[in-house]
Amino acid sequence: MEKLKHHVINRDEPVISIKNLYKSFDNLHVLKGVDFVLHEGENVAVLGKSGTGKSVLIKIIVGLLKPDNGEVFALGKQVDKLSRKELDQLRLQIGFSFQSSALYDGMNIYQNLAFPLVMNRMGLSKKEIGVAVENIADAVGLKSKLKQMPSDLSGGQRKRIGIARTLILNPKIMLYDEPTAGLDPITSSEIIKLINDVQHQFNTSSIIITHDLTCAKNTSDRIAMLYEGRFVKVGTFQDVFDDDNQVLKDFYNYNFTQE
Amino acid sequence: MIMNDTVDYNISETEPGSRVKPAFLRYHEIPPKEDDEFITKQQTKFLTKPKKYTFSKKVDAFLVEVYKVYKFFTLFFKESFRSPFHLRELINQCYEVGLKSLPLITLTGFIVGIVFTKQSRPSLEEFGAQSWLPSLMGIAIIKALGPLVTALICAGKVSSGIGAELGSMKVTEQIDAMEVSAVNPFKYLVITRVWATTLIIPVLVFYCSFVALLGSSINVNTNDSTSFLSFYQNAFLRISFIDFSESVFKSIIYGFTIGFVGCFKGYNADQGTRGVGKAANQAVVLAMFLVFIEEIMTVQIFNWFRAF
Ligand SMILES: Nc1ncnc2c1ncn2[C@@H]1O[C@H](COP(=O)(O)OP(=O)(O)OP(=O)(O)O)[C@@H](O)[C@H]1O
Ligand SMILES: [Mg+2]
Repeated sequence: MEKLKHHVINRDEPVISIKNLYKSFDNLHVLKGVDFVLHEGENVAVLGKSGTGKSVLIKIIVGLLKPDNGEVFALGKQVDKLSRKELDQLRLQIGFSFQSSALYDGMNIYQNLAFPLVMNRMGLSKKEIGVAVENIADAVGLKSKLKQMPSDLSGGQRKRIGIARTLILNPKIMLYDEPTAGLDPITSSEIIKLINDVQHQFNTSSIIITHDLTCAKNTSDRIAMLYEGRFVKVGTFQDVFDDDNQVLKDFYNYNFTQE
Repeated sequence: MIMNDTVDYNISETEPGSRVKPAFLRYHEIPPKEDDEFITKQQTKFLTKPKKYTFSKKVDAFLVEVYKVYKFFTLFFKESFRSPFHLRELINQCYEVGLKSLPLITLTGFIVGIVFTKQSRPSLEEFGAQSWLPSLMGIAIIKALGPLVTALICAGKVSSGIGAELGSMKVTEQIDAMEVSAVNPFKYLVITRVWATTLIIPVLVFYCSFVALLGSSINVNTNDSTSFLSFYQNAFLRISFIDFSESVFKSIIYGFTIGFVGCFKGYNADQGTRGVGKAANQAVVLAMFLVFIEEIMTVQIFNWFRAF
């Protein structure tokens, strides 16, 4: 699976920049001095062992968690300093797809997809919302499931709906939390394709959290390796995995030699 | 090495689709580089200090909980009167609350009416005062039984339902999902539900009192050959305006309590599926407890009013 990329990355435009970020839960120090920049139109895969704080990192970016120390800028705004209104304004431009999909299980798929539109864009008519929902459901290949409840779907389908629900607001930044975890290789490659399509179509910038090196390799311009609360290595796939660092080598060997 | 082998095997089992390979085990034993010490030093400068308990773990936790309730309470009133208002969701919730508990309230109200009448008759007969039965039933049902029975049923049915619903939304990150799609989940979930219970439970109290009086009147009608008309005339004879307002006031307070407790417990549920059960359970217990406390307090306060 070779990645197709045509656009030019604007390296001067950081859409997310994180400086010296610290986050602890009681005595559990999760993030210890994270520095990171995401440029416009760029996909970065964040790798790291389970429990290293990858989800915590992106939750801080959308302001779901507050940093203990350090600065987090997204689209030019310091996230932890915003008022509720400004934060909501920012969040409309950041898509966040949850590790657990987090579909609203009291609503059917149509209502799930329409929810962000109905709640935020009061200007849209019912018909326009309907069209938008159908289009986005079509894009993730689940147009036939609109009338079903989330509990009727498989894990992979829920994941795709979860991604669709965040895409419906046309975000400038996408944060994917393990989009391919627990999926079969075919579904997983469909999601990889979806991520790439999204980036090409809307020129979004994305952070993709994953354990899956195939996904990282095929979706990302750069790889960032989170270890012991810091990024120990950031660079292209080749850069990172040609490195001498034992952490990376082991991660790489582990992932690829098992197939 | 062999020790590590077994330990790490367990860790990687939690990752879906992964198999263990010895090379991966070395992940944990990276030899420290020269600058690692420097980094650690830098890091300790910024790390938050370990927390010290002011009193003890449990007392601190209790005080934090009380503070959280206070914050939740003030946030409720602050956000209630700020746009956007989710009117449609409020109406939805009113239906939910009303319809969910209607069958149970009908049944319980009716039975309570009959049973209470049956049980009171012998005592009154002893004094030859069974003609007072309708008045007694009127006072008992409208002032005490109607509000209390409704509140207890709703605490069991509605409060636990809200606790479980919001609790599961919390643990499955649905509340976070609302938050990141720029919807204020507190407004959408909590405020609509609390107002729904505050508005609907007084209605249910009336309904329950009505059904209980109906049960009572049927019993009285068949046993004492009192006409329905004279039963109701007598039942309302001893009910003053202040009694009536007491019932309305109480019901509103109960309604608020039931919604508020359910939402508070659900919204602050612990992670994991156990958190959901705990939230639902605690919501019922706390709501019932508060209903009793409020019952005593309103009775006391309104008795002072009457003394004037
Ligand atoms: N809200 C929270 N309260 C307390 N501890 C938390 C909270 N969120 C995360 N943690 C802890 O922070 C650590 C990092 O969690 P996180 O979910 O970011 O891991 P992760 O890197 O995403 O792992 P995975 O790959 O398994 O998803 C974990 O040890 C977790 O227990
Ligand atoms: Mg995670």
